[in-house]
Amino acid sequence: MSSEASFDLVVIGTGPGGYVAAIRAAQLGLKAAVIEREHLGGICLNWGCIPTKALLRTSELYLTLEHAERYGISVSGLSFDIQKIVQRSRGVAKQLSAGVAYLMKKNKIEVIEGEARLLAPGRVAVKGQDAGEREIQAKHVIIATGARARTLPGLEPDGERIWTYREAMVPAAMPASLLVVGSGAIGIEFASFYRALGAEVTVVEIMDRVLPVEDEEISALAQKAFAKQGMTIQTGTQVEKLEVTAAGVTASLKGSDGAGSEITVERVILAVGITGNVEGLGLEALGVKVERGHIVIDEWCRTGAEGVYAIGDVVGPPWLAHKASHEGILCVEKIVGLDNLHPLDTSRIPGCTYCTPQIASVGLSEAAARDVGREVKVGRFPFQANGKAIALGEPEGLVKTVFDAKTGELLGAHMIGAEVTELIQGFAIAKTLETTEAELIESIFPHPTLSEMMHESVLDAYGRVINF
Amino acid sequence: MPIPILMPALSPTMEEGTLTKWLVNEGDNVVAGDIIAEIETDKATMEVEAVDDGRVGKILIGEGTENVAVNAPIALILEEGEDNAALAGFDAAAEPAAPAPPSSAQISEIIVEPAPEGTGPKPVVTNGQGGRPIASPLARRLASDNAIDLGALSGSGPHGRIVKRDVEKALDGGFEEVAGPKASTGQVMAPRSASAVPAMSDEDILALYEPGTYEVVPIDKMRRIIATRLTQAKQTIPHFRLEVDCELDALLAARKRLNAMSPADGPKSFRISVNDMIIKAMGMALQKVPDANATWTEHGILRHMGSDIGVAVAVEGGLFTPVIRHAEIKSLSEISNEMKDLAGRARERRLAPHEYQGGTTSISNLGMMGVKSFDAVINPPQATILAVGSGEKRPIVKGDEIKVVTLMSCTLACDHRVVDGALGAKLLTAFKGFIEEPVTMLV
Repeated sequence: MSSEASFDLVVIGTGPGGYVAAIRAAQLGLKAAVIEREHLGGICLNWGCIPTKALLRTSELYLTLEHAERYGISVSGLSFDIQKIVQRSRGVAKQLSAGVAYLMKKNKIEVIEGEARLLAPGRVAVKGQDAGEREIQAKHVIIATGARARTLPGLEPDGERIWTYREAMVPAAMPASLLVVGSGAIGIEFASFYRALGAEVTVVEIMDRVLPVEDEEISALAQKAFAKQGMTIQTGTQVEKLEVTAAGVTASLKGSDGAGSEITVERVILAVGITGNVEGLGLEALGVKVERGHIVIDEWCRTGAEGVYAIGDVVGPPWLAHKASHEGILCVEKIVGLDNLHPLDTSRIPGCTYCTPQIASVGLSEAAARDVGREVKVGRFPFQANGKAIALGEPEGLVKTVFDAKTGELLGAHMIGAEVTELIQGFAIAKTLETTEAELIESIFPHPTLSEMMHESVLDAYGRVINF
Repeated sequence: MPIPILMPALSPTMEEGTLTKWLVNEGDNVVAGDIIAEIETDKATMEVEAVDDGRVGKILIGEGTENVAVNAPIALILEEGEDNAALAGFDAAAEPAAPAPPSSAQISEIIVEPAPEGTGPKPVVTNGQGGRPIASPLARRLASDNAIDLGALSGSGPHGRIVKRDVEKALDGGFEEVAGPKASTGQVMAPRSASAVPAMSDEDILALYEPGTYEVVPIDKMRRIIATRLTQAKQTIPHFRLEVDCELDALLAARKRLNAMSPADGPKSFRISVNDMIIKAMGMALQKVPDANATWTEHGILRHMGSDIGVAVAVEGGLFTPVIRHAEIKSLSEISNEMKDLAGRARERRLAPHEYQGGTTSISNLGMMGVKSFDAVINPPQATILAVGSGEKRPIVKGDEIKVVTLMSCTLACDHRVVDGALGAKLLTAFKGFIEEPVTMLV
């Protein structure tokens, strides 16, 4: 084992948590390095957020073209090539991964390839492809190793018939029928993609509604929209067993009423949550606590072991790239000792699901707000009353806002419909700036835009809606 | 050659002001540091101090003169050995001296006082950096709903912006505030409240009483603030108290004579109360024992220059403590009339925050309600509070004889971080001296 250079900060993992943390450290004058065992950019860029967005762009276009007649366009012989779709998605991922390599170079961050293991506080071993191990000195180590698909007993992926997101992203052929287990963001996005391209899709969700983290009203609208697209949704249902047969996979389902049923499909996608990549890092010896597959941290991402921090998916939900990036920045700024830092406020983390229709939200759902004892004012505005939505041919959706009735604090915003993932930042900014309904009401929204619905929703919460 | 006293500038942009009051007469001897006049603009009042010893030879600008130009001579001081002949040739029309730093007059303190309604700029509360406090809309609304003065908070948001959590912290009792509206003293934090033993939960309390045997009175903002601030005071300020009996007969006699002199009616009439004289005496005592006119902060002890006396006024559902500023230099009739105005408006809840914030001590007088003596809780961030009991005739031993005198028991509560026992005793003794020999308040 050869001894190596020493760094102020070493980040294990280069996903959106890790590489962003390294850049922030470099900006603040730290000598930083990143360790990556696979691809720069992590799951997000290579096997998550970005390549799926490329896939979903295709399915969205395909759906639009299927209805081209509505827009006065005649299209005949519409077809697709799944391999070209996958190819494009891989190309997008590759381009962005190369972008991260450039950013590392630009910020003079050393990229070390290999598997990292913590030897002791301040000492990290890296095992490269060539089996040689080198040791790195680091005053601070941030673990940003991310997560992988969770598996449940009886629900193990085989990579052939039973997929995780990983295989689902690079299908060799279009399955004729598909069972998606779990209706969180990952499950629903794949369900949406495959349904749009013609697969028979069944979604099974153990909770009583799809997208269980979203506002109940939004969940209900989403479920209705998916059903209309021809998806089969079974909520309150558990997959007990998957059996691979020559014909495909037979799943044994059990409803909340105890009634059993079976379904046979060509492929299954498991999307029942994720679990942190905590193995092989030498955490135990350092006394880093791991609970339910995730590293335990304090409000400043400290693990309790001297100089060892953890951020992003490996520390637990919400499993979102932007949450990881924010934690990475916060963690580094705390290490450097910047003033005026505040722990991550989860009520300000927006969440987006890129199914059709899109779903986006920030803050408390109406029910969650009531559960914590807030007296609320709720505003709603439907897409069908918005000029731009109608012009776009996207008249389905809702913008819902939840305010504290006493203080006017914007507690949450929940949207479903076209392009809402691009709209939610407006409410995220409003929350960070602590605007009340008054400033939102006074703001001038451009016409004609979808964003006008955000304004109208706020107006509606205060009994002042104009166009509905 | 006589030394001219020039009209001082209150601010770099001030061009003229009003000479409101002379505190000396021609012929009076002055020593450096004596306050000789008061000057004001629409925004502020300022005292003029003599820096040289001498005798007031001539007053060039009469009391009440408005629009006096900065650097115009307002009086002449004769140095030792000079006589009135040296004044020949000087009069009010004399050429203003060349602009120069006011060498024979200096600003002793700028007291920012509210402009009369409708004249000049309104006073603004700032967070010590000038301008309005920078706060998020939600923080503003929470502060206004809970009667929290934003100017008293420090912000934890970007660039010191006051955000929701800062207001919530203040509501929870973790006050961080400036010493009061005297923005010129800069922003100073009060200590954070030490973590206190949690009180009984509401559930535990309700369990002790049979439902239906009580009614629940909602807690209004005033009650909430009283509860928060006085809990904070009791939990964070190491209180100790000193008690003294003051003989009141001389003061009562003086008061009677003074009130007999008041015009029957009109703006100059007055009716001085015992409490007005207590305010004045406390103001004078703090000047005599300036170390006790102080406020504890983690950055350092604020030694206040003026005696700004908060006076507890009971109002429906709570109390206010409007502040008589500079009680040490105000006449009894001024204090009396100002107090009547403040107390009246306090009862109507029409006081502006700057009228009840930032005193340097407080007086709580329950004498008129027949209370013999009591102790009061310090009103943070002040260092002392004087609890005044009733004046009553009591037999005491004087020499070897029993005499009947009117006695008033006063209890001074002190913040031990700032005022130690001996210092508190000095303050209380000085106060007692002024009460028992009210004529000494004129010195």
